[in-house]
Amino acid sequence: MTTPARNRTETVTMAKALNTGLRAAMETDDKVILMGQDIGKLGGVFRITDGLQKDFGEQRVLDTPLGESGIIGTAIGLALRGFRPVCEIQFDGFVFPGFDQIVSQLAKLHFRSQGKLPMRVVVRIPHGGGIGAVEHHSESPESLFAHVAGLKVVACSNPADAYWMIQQAIASDDPVIFFEAKRRYWEKGPLDTAAQPQPLFTSRVLRPGSAATMVTYGSMVRTTLDAAKAADADLEVIDLRTLSPLDLDSVFDSVRRTGRLVCVSEAPGECSVTAEVAARVQQECFYSLEAPVLRVTGFDTPYPPSKCEEAYLPDLDRVLDAVDRVLAH
Amino acid sequence: MPPARHEPTVAQPSPQQLVAGLRATSEGGDDLVQLLTPEGQRVHHPGFDGHVAEVGPKQLQSLYRDMMLVRRVDREANALQRQGQLGLWVPLLGQEAAQIGAGRAMQARDMAFPSYREHGVAWCRGVDPTELLGIFRGTDHGSWDPRTTGFHLYTIVIANQCLNAVGYAMGQRFEGRVGDSDGEATVCFFGDGATSQGDVHEGFVWAAVYDAPVVFFCQNNQWAISAPLERQTRVPLYRRAQGYGFPGIRVDGNDVLATLAVTRWALDECRAGNGPVLVEALTYRMDAHTTSDDATRYRLADEIEAWKLKDPIERVRVHLVREHGVGPEFFDAVTAESDELAARLRSFCESMPQPGPARVFSRVYAEPSPQVQAQRDEYLAYSASFESGGDR
Repeated sequence: MTTPARNRTETVTMAKALNTGLRAAMETDDKVILMGQDIGKLGGVFRITDGLQKDFGEQRVLDTPLGESGIIGTAIGLALRGFRPVCEIQFDGFVFPGFDQIVSQLAKLHFRSQGKLPMRVVVRIPHGGGIGAVEHHSESPESLFAHVAGLKVVACSNPADAYWMIQQAIASDDPVIFFEAKRRYWEKGPLDTAAQPQPLFTSRVLRPGSAATMVTYGSMVRTTLDAAKAADADLEVIDLRTLSPLDLDSVFDSVRRTGRLVCVSEAPGECSVTAEVAARVQQECFYSLEAPVLRVTGFDTPYPPSKCEEAYLPDLDRVLDAVDRVLAH
Repeated sequence: MPPARHEPTVAQPSPQQLVAGLRATSEGGDDLVQLLTPEGQRVHHPGFDGHVAEVGPKQLQSLYRDMMLVRRVDREANALQRQGQLGLWVPLLGQEAAQIGAGRAMQARDMAFPSYREHGVAWCRGVDPTELLGIFRGTDHGSWDPRTTGFHLYTIVIANQCLNAVGYAMGQRFEGRVGDSDGEATVCFFGDGATSQGDVHEGFVWAAVYDAPVVFFCQNNQWAISAPLERQTRVPLYRRAQGYGFPGIRVDGNDVLATLAVTRWALDECRAGNGPVLVEALTYRMDAHTTSDDATRYRLADEIEAWKLKDPIERVRVHLVREHGVGPEFFDAVTAESDELAARLRSFCESMPQPGPARVFSRVYAEPSPQVQAQRDEYLAYSASFESGGDR
């Protein structure tokens, strides 16, 4: 037996980081149980739970029957019993049979009971497109959850965040809807498991800049960072990380300096997280704004057939085009 | 031109109404477990006598008292709604035996997941009737503590609680609290209408797959608001259990003794690790769905009259008088006690404090959301800025 390495940064995929984070959470607290379809022997369709059932047993990693309402509804009952269930929804577009339990029970029981019944449940949802999938496998429904009072909603965009955020979400006493950018599962990044993580419900400035503020989350963080690298202008990039509650202080600070804001997300823009950011920024930073707030988002259409998804998903060019437009003012 | 069709009336009901009425008033079939007939006669059942072997006149008097008190609470709360003290009431009238029988079969260590009509079960779990008022007066969403009472908060979305109950029961099993007569179990209460919801189906599947110690206690009161039972099912509900691989049993839900026996049996099965079990308690909703409902629009008065003959309380009274010579002192004392309880309920209701505006923002999250905190502070400051100091 070797002792775990300390202060050693590894390069891992986001999928592996999530797997490692789940393992750490299960080792820390034996009330943590994983529930979902095909998450046991198969390790989940994305292998995020790979090997966990083998090590923790079938009572800690539950291969459930096929029903999302059943997964969420029984997770709520287990949470009432003192467990900390972590539910895996196989794909974004399959969460809706469980939406009733999430909205009617999971989100409301703490308020209904005035704190007597905390809902320590995490619902993991791989979201977003760009993987050439069939219908219902590429959606970005995070705004629907951010709209529901009683839920907390976060989105991880890189391996290190994924590792820490999943553990923090599991340790939270509130229900957390945990979005994982599935097209970024296999992208690698540094992970130092001995580092000190930042609090879960906080945003982070990933790249300082002075010309314009770029606010994004999830899969579009990579795209926006690439755009910032390619742009002539000096762009500040902020990863929201938490979609509900929003942590916008760093955004306000940034916009007061740059006077310009572009929000980037692959979810449809109408009534969305990016719409909320735009509304709040104009309220808080009205006199600092030099240009209208622009948003680069998926369109207000159902997710298209995958051969057209390049047109639907914001890419480097669309982001840079928006940057040009805010800088033209 | 087609011949003019007559709107069904009480004098000339539609064929559908007739069938619904006949089904509702039928005796429940050969499989119905009954230990006390509507006429108050004790009948024997080889499978279930043993589960109520110790129930003599004293215990029957106690069950009678339970049913009388919850009926009195129910009628008082109904009146409080009519007088504007409650926004809504959900009557349990007619379902006292089903709820008291099931509730008294439970042990303190068990857990109940009610729908929203389970005032009788609440009584058995030690939830004071005054605690039920806040939901219907609009001062809270349920004030009792589910952890200490073993009685979950009322669930208003039909059938949601079935999955929550199954999850809880899975937890009981995962924690090793199942396997002998000291085991724990969960009872999930729902109605005939709920059986059409997907959550009941998924609850049955999950419970079966995980051998969850849960008694699915379906009070078939014949009506889901205006929809009669045949709008929900082709087969008797208790037979659905067979398709999921666990036992289903139909009990006379207006017979408190039979309901007690059957629920005890079902709980014993769960404690021993043989759960889940489905119990269909055949009963009747004697009043409207809620105080906002008008049941005369969809069902016949004859049907209610027929069910009155099968009243759950009257048969116990008759039995106690005829078979055990219980005198009027006992019945008078219970009536007096129920009047006192009703008076206490009324005075409590009338003096319930109005929650302040801060309640809107209270405990939405375990770890407060800065967003909600900011909205609260802003609204309270705005409210206080009025000359009346916020008392607008």
